[in-house]
Amino acid sequence: MTGEAIVFYLLAAVTLGSGVMVVTSSNIVHAAAALVPAFLGVTGLYILLNAEFVAGIQVLIYAGAITVLILFAIMLTEGGTGLGTRQRNEQAAVGTAVAAAMAALLIAVAVRTGWAPPPAGAVLPSYTPGAIGQSFLRQNILVFEGTSIVLLVSLMGAILIARRED
Amino acid sequence: MHWGWEVLRAIVGTVIIFSGVAVIAAMFGVLLERKISAWMQSRLGPKHVGPQGLLQTVADTIKLLQKENIVPSRADRLIFASAVVIVPLAALLDYVVIPFGTTRWGPLIFRDLNIGVLYFAATSSLVVIGILMAGWGSNNKYALLGGLRSAAQLVTYEVPIGVVLVTVALMAGSLSTVTIVNGQAGAHHLWYVLQQPVAFVIFLIAATAEVNRVPFDLVEAESELVAGYFSEYSGMRFALFQLGEYGEMFAMAAMAVTLFLGGWLGFSFLPAVLWFVIKLYAVIFVFMWVRWTYPRFRIDQMLNFSWKVLIPVSVLNLVVTAFFVIVR
Repeated sequence: MTGEAIVFYLLAAVTLGSGVMVVTSSNIVHAAAALVPAFLGVTGLYILLNAEFVAGIQVLIYAGAITVLILFAIMLTEGGTGLGTRQRNEQAAVGTAVAAAMAALLIAVAVRTGWAPPPAGAVLPSYTPGAIGQSFLRQNILVFEGTSIVLLVSLMGAILIARRED
Repeated sequence: MHWGWEVLRAIVGTVIIFSGVAVIAAMFGVLLERKISAWMQSRLGPKHVGPQGLLQTVADTIKLLQKENIVPSRADRLIFASAVVIVPLAALLDYVVIPFGTTRWGPLIFRDLNIGVLYFAATSSLVVIGILMAGWGSNNKYALLGGLRSAAQLVTYEVPIGVVLVTVALMAGSLSTVTIVNGQAGAHHLWYVLQQPVAFVIFLIAATAEVNRVPFDLVEAESELVAGYFSEYSGMRFALFQLGEYGEMFAMAAMAVTLFLGGWLGFSFLPAVLWFVIKLYAVIFVFMWVRWTYPRFRIDQMLNFSWKVLIPVSVLNLVVTAFFVIVR
């Protein structure tokens, strides 16, 4: 087994192990904190794929900001404890169905993809912050702007709801 | 044995960074803080342990190592214990991309990542998780309030820091810290502090807030919150939080030197590393000077200052910089 494979299995174990903890822990703060190793495991996988920029963004946005936001929200509600929160509700059946459909879709895509190694002499597309920026503001400008509008609207909605009392 | 070599390199690097930060940043930093505060308040400061009190923090560390480790009976043991690891770890990770100087064989840096600046922003943002976990895990209302204030503060001041990092990266045309320092070399390239004075001031202010120092220390305001998020920690765990805090402060100062003060660049009569150290301690002195000069902000003033002043000004500065970079 090559070093790369060992690292891959280690990272996959960390990601999946903490992922299981996120969905099974009855303490919601433990579940939120377990997101951190899960995100960092995914970061490691990105680095293994030579995608440093996405890895940096993964740590900054997911591990650094999303987790903090979730923890912050938990601590501001429920009297700051978050203990004894039920992990299931009456929508468990629907959730299971959606998750199963999603898993089936992903497995189908993974199996159907060829995964052929690139032909000899082929050059991988450049994967620098510059190239990502070009792609955002040239080919994918519509998606990029659409996402910004969605984010702006949600931001304004949050402010509107928060300020309703006065 | 390429992989074995890499692992060995990582272990050696970790040991060097940890001991370096523990001795230079935490121990010497605390001593410097006490001496400078004493000087500003016309006192003498620590004077008895070692020559001129130089070994005072060594004695303090040995004392903390011997102390009992107290865990509150209703604390969440897992979260309480793991928070202690996250805060110093996040601070130590920052040092991977800081170029300390240059030698004949190339720049003195653990890894010149091509996402250096982004890496710095990412790792320093991990501190918040440790602080929130410490505040919640202690099961103490003061600790929880300190943790929540800290989360609000750190998330708020990460935004101007991020914008400033992008501004400097635009000027240098790269995210690599070594390229950024090299961009300030030569007669035609001024240090970025002269080209970007606004960004420099914003970075210093936001860095002070990121490391929870006065005037942004409402996270651990003694008169309201005992000691904030680490109220319940004792002994070596308390020392590890201090290590994380001073490590983060030195990392922020080192980043300010790298981004704005030309890193290791200087006149040739002193070695490059020494220039870096001199500039580093100059920035550290500014941090300490501010701490012992200004009173504390209120939480609404602190949040308003970032959202209504720092963020708009830094974004405006970024737009103007981008315009001139395109025109150039």
